[in-house]
Amino acid sequence: MVLNNIEKLLEKYDNGETSLKEEQLLKNYFTSDNVAPHLEMYKPMFAYFLVNQQEQFTKDVPLKTTRKFNYKWISVAAVAVLMLGFYLGTSTTKSELGTYEDPQLAYNEVTKSLEMISKRFNKGTATVGYLNEVNKGAATLNYLNEIENSTNIIFKNNK
Amino acid sequence: MTQTEFLNIVMPFKDKVFRVAKRLLISTEEAEDATQEILLKLWKNKKKMQEYKNVEAFSMTMTKNFCFDKLKSKQAQNLKIVHSNYEDGNTSLQKQVELNDSVNWVGRIIEDLPEQQRLIVQLRDIEEYDLDEIAKMLDMNNTAVRVNLSRARKTIREKLTNTHNYGIK
Repeated sequence: MVLNNIEKLLEKYDNGETSLKEEQLLKNYFTSDNVAPHLEMYKPMFAYFLVNQQEQFTKDVPLKTTRKFNYKWISVAAVAVLMLGFYLGTSTTKSELGTYEDPQLAYNEVTKSLEMISKRFNKGTATVGYLNEVNKGAATLNYLNEIENSTNIIFKNNK
Repeated sequence: MTQTEFLNIVMPFKDKVFRVAKRLLISTEEAEDATQEILLKLWKNKKKMQEYKNVEAFSMTMTKNFCFDKLKSKQAQNLKIVHSNYEDGNTSLQKQVELNDSVNWVGRIIEDLPEQQRLIVQLRDIEEYDLDEIAKMLDMNNTAVRVNLSRARKTIREKLTNTHNYGIK
């Protein structure tokens, strides 16, 4: 009865029509010790399948966690540096600007500094004075007009 | 995805990848290299892995393609034949030697099969995948898989019967 069943299964097996469960039955039968003599030739096949199922991959795989450089953090750092710069810049300029409480004292200070400015200014304009010499030179160049007059006369004659 | 998460996904089928690779490439070393390569490829694309419905089937398809590429390439000209060790404590020494020999003989018969059939036998009889799964992995029709499987099984049986009955090898 069992043998009959196995033979039927084998035929189905050869046609590729057995389900995985039925194949498991066949495998169990052929790996057991009491296999019918006329089916003996199937034994090594199923034994082979069983052996090969147990083969394992033993080599280990080097999984490298390649850390990618994160460019986000560069922008964060840049922003931090900029903020620091602004903070330091504003704080230093503020501390240098002093104010005077007493108006008279403030007035004196302003006149003093304005005086200084005008003095420096006059000094500057005085050095520009030599530009008058250029004008003088240009004035003496007027005699060139005389040459033009005479050339005009010559051209008139040519006509 | 962390390394442990990745390993949890990959560990269950890494042996299968190796065995399929070995079935196609025959040499153990080649198969080890192929498996390593495939696992590394998976690791590199680990971000995309969540999108795949069935990572295992996807890896099998990858393995198949990778091994076929390898076989086509010139590197694969000098393949070695390596036999796996076989152990069986129950049978007597005489029987064991006999059985060992015939078991190896099955291996040689399978090696002689066309690549496609070899792969299908491996996936079905050793890795025990469903026919539909195999069809998906190999990008084949369900019936085509069945026909190939049937042909392979018949060839194996025929050759085994010859060996068994007449000792023709």
